[in-house]
This record gives sequence, structure tokens and C-alpha cells, in this order.
Amino acid sequence: MSEHGVEIAVFVALFVLVSGLGFFAARWRRPSTMEHLDEWGLGGRSFGSWITWFLIGGDLYTAYTFVAVPALLFGAGAAGFFAVPYTIVVYPIVFYVLLRLWSVSHVHGFVTPADFVRARFGSPTLALVVAVTGIVATMPYIALQLVGIEAVLKTVGVRGHVPIVVAFAILAAYTYNSGLRAPALIAFVKDALIYVVIIAAVIYIPAKLGGWGAVFDAADAKFAKSPNPGDGTLLPGAGQVQYATLAFGSALALFLYPHSVTGVLASKDRGTIKRNMAALPAYSLLLGLLALLGYMAIAAGTKPLPTGDTLVATDGTVIGPKTDGNTVIPLLFDQMFPHWFAGVAFAAVAIGALVPAAIMSIAAANLWTRNVYREYLNKDATPAQEARSSKIASLVVKLGALVAILALDPQFSIDLQLIGGVIILQTLPAVGLGLFTRWFHRGGLVAGWAAGMAAGWWLLWNVPQTAVTAAGPKILREHFGGSAFKLSELGFDTTVTVYAGFLAVLVNLVVAVLVTLALRAAGVADGRDATSGPDYDADAGDPRVHDLDLHAPVTVREEPVQY
Amino acid sequence: MTDVPDDVPAGRRDRSTTGLPTGWLLLLPLLLVVYPPLYNRTDPELFGIPFFYWYQLAVIPVSVVCTTVVYFTGRRTRRGSTR
Repeated sequence: MSEHGVEIAVFVALFVLVSGLGFFAARWRRPSTMEHLDEWGLGGRSFGSWITWFLIGGDLYTAYTFVAVPALLFGAGAAGFFAVPYTIVVYPIVFYVLLRLWSVSHVHGFVTPADFVRARFGSPTLALVVAVTGIVATMPYIALQLVGIEAVLKTVGVRGHVPIVVAFAILAAYTYNSGLRAPALIAFVKDALIYVVIIAAVIYIPAKLGGWGAVFDAADAKFAKSPNPGDGTLLPGAGQVQYATLAFGSALALFLYPHSVTGVLASKDRGTIKRNMAALPAYSLLLGLLALLGYMAIAAGTKPLPTGDTLVATDGTVIGPKTDGNTVIPLLFDQMFPHWFAGVAFAAVAIGALVPAAIMSIAAANLWTRNVYREYLNKDATPAQEARSSKIASLVVKLGALVAILALDPQFSIDLQLIGGVIILQTLPAVGLGLFTRWFHRGGLVAGWAAGMAAGWWLLWNVPQTAVTAAGPKILREHFGGSAFKLSELGFDTTVTVYAGFLAVLVNLVVAVLVTLALRAAGVADGRDATSGPDYDADAGDPRVHDLDLHAPVTVREEPVQY
Repeated sequence: MTDVPDDVPAGRRDRSTTGLPTGWLLLLPLLLVVYPPLYNRTDPELFGIPFFYWYQLAVIPVSVVCTTVVYFTGRRTRRGSTR
């Protein structure tokens, strides 16, 4: 315990500093009132380029990413590097899509993607579907942030649940108090720490290990010894489609997550978003370098901590002790850095968990308030009531995440997060395509969503988790073993795997198109579109861009629907 | 927005993502990574890093250049077209 004393002291000191900032944030850029959803939930919609850069960066690059992506490379090799093309693809998409969402939201006062869907397709049902999908997909994501903190705590030898409960209680308190301003302010500290740690790591650690060549040689040697044909420092032939579809599918999923929408809507004009789309890839570079830490851990001979359980295949074969891959990176830091700097690195991971957890809980709470509470429970809610409902919902969401991690197997949250990415993709036709075209019928979108959900669950259900041993592949779990779906399951004669979310969203689109055509042919009435073309590129300064009175009903144009 | 008809010239609009000659640049980074066989090899290495890794890292600055060019041409177009 004593060897970790310095690390724990530095860790706690930084954590306390950040918590203080979280509470102070309520006074930062002080609003006239916090009892309004625009203030609590979107920081007054006034964030400029710098704050937005830190906020979105803090939002998208989570502690789980920092721990899990290198762990993937450590375990499987090149396939884990998908995180890089994923973040390369995401910004041009965001540039193109979320700018339109920003404009239409600022003309009509939307707070959530479901608000937009409701007005665009005139369908509260579709909005409810989008809102519930968003909440369900976000909750396990919050839970996973705790997995990142836990990995750090395990490494420094802290056992038991008390520290995590305390950390989350502090997080809940300052989010309740300061709203979106808290993570925005803390994100500065988080990113500064992360940058320092990663830059130090990618310069210092390879030098200590004998250079990049030695690092990759060690990784090659490890994968050459492994009997698994799916690993290696290059992609196996059958894994290339999975690599590309996972990168592309994850990029599409990312901007549909309510928390990324929250970050984007909080910026003050379109120029802010555009400057950020050009500047945010700096984080991608960081993520790419960080991913390579997984190989450094191989070269350094890092061994992940055992969980205490034993890996047993479904046929009863004992494979060996189960290890927690997420501890690899904290252990590498512990091994390579001086104690005080390892403490800084651990604090960076833990604080990195708090920023996205706060934003995600705020985004989920906004969905609840706008699309469930106000729509179905209290139609005449005042802004103060809305803000209060959101604050309480954010507490409930965080409590749920905490219980999920402490009471259930963390594996459950990891499975749910996997499913979350697939199900949030099912809102793509309504939210993503809806920003460009009004062609789809609301009934078609609901049907497509249902079909995509069913397909997504079925596909994931049929992905087993296997371990390749010297005696051949053994099945560890029959279901939810990953997102790489074998096309051979559908009767194709191939070993190629595809990202399950990608197939599910294709099913969704086909059904949405067919049902739309059928409903049009049958003459079923469509909803009214409350938005109009110029709303989608209005910028700050336009007389129509203002914050709508939040307790006025969403405006509906009394005109015949045109197809 | 019943009080503002569609045909009223809006105060400030921004068409930089619609109908811009440089808009296709946003597709370039996507095309560079969407086909893994293009870069799934070891050679040539750079500082001991296999091609697979440094190639993808190198696409990141390319994507920055693309979004930046689209951003600046968008600004010019908008200024030029304001009444």
C-alpha cells in the first residue's frame, strides 16, 4: 500500500481540486437564473469556440475510451485501431449534419433530437421512440465511465465500493447544482491532464522500451505465438469489412447519441461548430497515439490483474484465470512512470470519466423532461418545473448507473453499451436523414425503427464470444459476445464479419422505405412539418434565431402537407 | 414560425455546407480510410511504425485541412453574397 501512497495523494488532491471547480461553475458566466432548462441543460447556449472544443472533446473521448481502446490493441491487435478511422470519419459527418440540427434547433428552440423529430414529422410517438432509445443507449455508457475509475482504483490497490460511491456522489451534487457549466469548466482540467500524460507516455515509454521498432516487434512476437488467427499487428483478411463498417457505424452512432447533440447545441453559432470540426481531430491524433499504449504494454511485459474468476468454456474446458484487460493501461503507467506522475495519470483517467458522465446524464435528463415529462405528464410545465424535473432525472440516471456497476456484473454494462451503439443507430433515419429530407412517412420511420431494433438484437444475440486455445476455438459465451457478426450465419459461404449495427440500420432503412411507399399508396395521413427549408441554415444574428419560449407548444404551420 | 413566411430574405444565412464547390472535400478523409486493403500492410515503415498505423494517423491532418478549407471558402461565399 505504501508504494502507492504518493500516487493516491496526487490523485486525491487533483480530484478535490476538480470537484471544487464543479461547484464554482454555477457562478461562472453567471446566468440571471438557473431555474431554466436552457441555462441548466445547455449552459445558456452561449459557449464559444474554446469552451466548445473542450466540452465536445471531453464529451466524446471518455475514460472508458482511454482505458478500453489500448486494452483492445493489447488483446487483439490491429482490429482495436478502428477508433482512429472512426474519429476521422466522424467530423466531416458532424460538420455536414449537426450544423443543420444546430440551425433548426435555434430557430425552433429544440433542446433534444427528439424535439426535432416531433416537429419535423408531426409525431409525438416517433419523438417518444427516439427519446427512449436515447435514454436507454446512454445509461450503460454512463455506467462504463465507472469501469474506467474502477480500473485505476484496482491498480493502486484500493478495494471496495466506497471510493466510487463518494466520487459519484460528488459528481451528482455538482451536476445538480451547476448543470452543463460544470463539465464544461472541468473539461479544461481534464484535457490539460490527458494531453500532458499522453504526450509524456508516447515520448517517454517507447524510449525506455528501445524505440517504436522494438514495441511493434514485441507485439508481433506476442500475436505470432497466439493460436488466434484473428489477432496480429495487421488486420486478418476476414476482419477488414468489420473494421471499416465498425468505424463507419460507430461514427454515425456517435453523433446520434444525445450527449453529443447537447454539446453541439450549447455552442453559440455555426462558426463555432465549424471551427471545432477542424480543431477536434487533434483529439483523434491523441487517441491514435494512446491506442498504441496497448502495444507498449506488451513490450513492457504488463500483465493485467486477475479478476479472481476462472474462464470456463461452455463445454466445461477450463481455459485459465480471467483477467481484467482494463487494468493494462493503469498498470503500465504504474510500472513506467515515477509515482507522482502515475498519480497525475490516474487522476486524468478518473476526471476523464466525470466529464462525459455529467454531460450524458444531463442529455438523458433533457430527453426525459422534454419528450416524456412535458409531453405526457405535465403539459403546462413552467421553465422552472422543467429545470427541476431535469435535475432530478439526472440524479436518477446516475444512481441507476451506479447500481448497475455495483450490484450487477460490470460485464452487463459492457454488453449493454455494445447494444446501445447498435440501438442508437436505429434513430438515424428519423434524426440524421430527417435533417435532409422530409420524404419518409412517420409510420415508415416507426416501422423501420422497430425492424432495425429487432434485427440488431437478433444479430448481437447470435455473436458468440470465443477464445482460441491451442486445442482449437472454444466458446466462452453463446450470446452478446461482440459486435462482429459472421456473414456465414446468414448462409453466405465466407468468413467475413460485419458490424451488427451496420446490418441492422440497413434493415431499418429498407423497411422505412417500403412502409413509407405503402402508406403513401394507401393514402394514410402524414404528420405536419413545422420546420421549413431556410431554418436549416439560419445562423446566429438571423432574426428567427432565438430561444423559443420553452413552455409554448411547438409551433405547427397550418398548411396542407406537400410531398 | 407562423409569423415569418419562407420567402422573406433571412437576416443571416449560411450556405457553406449546401451547394459549395469545396463541399466534396468532406468526403475525402472518408474515402481514404473506408477501404482497409488500401493500407493494411507493414511496409514502408516510419520510425519503426508499420504503414497501417502511420498512414491512418497521417489521414488525420488531411481531414483537418479538408474541414478547414470548407470552412474558409464557406465564409468567403457568405460575405460575397450578402446584400
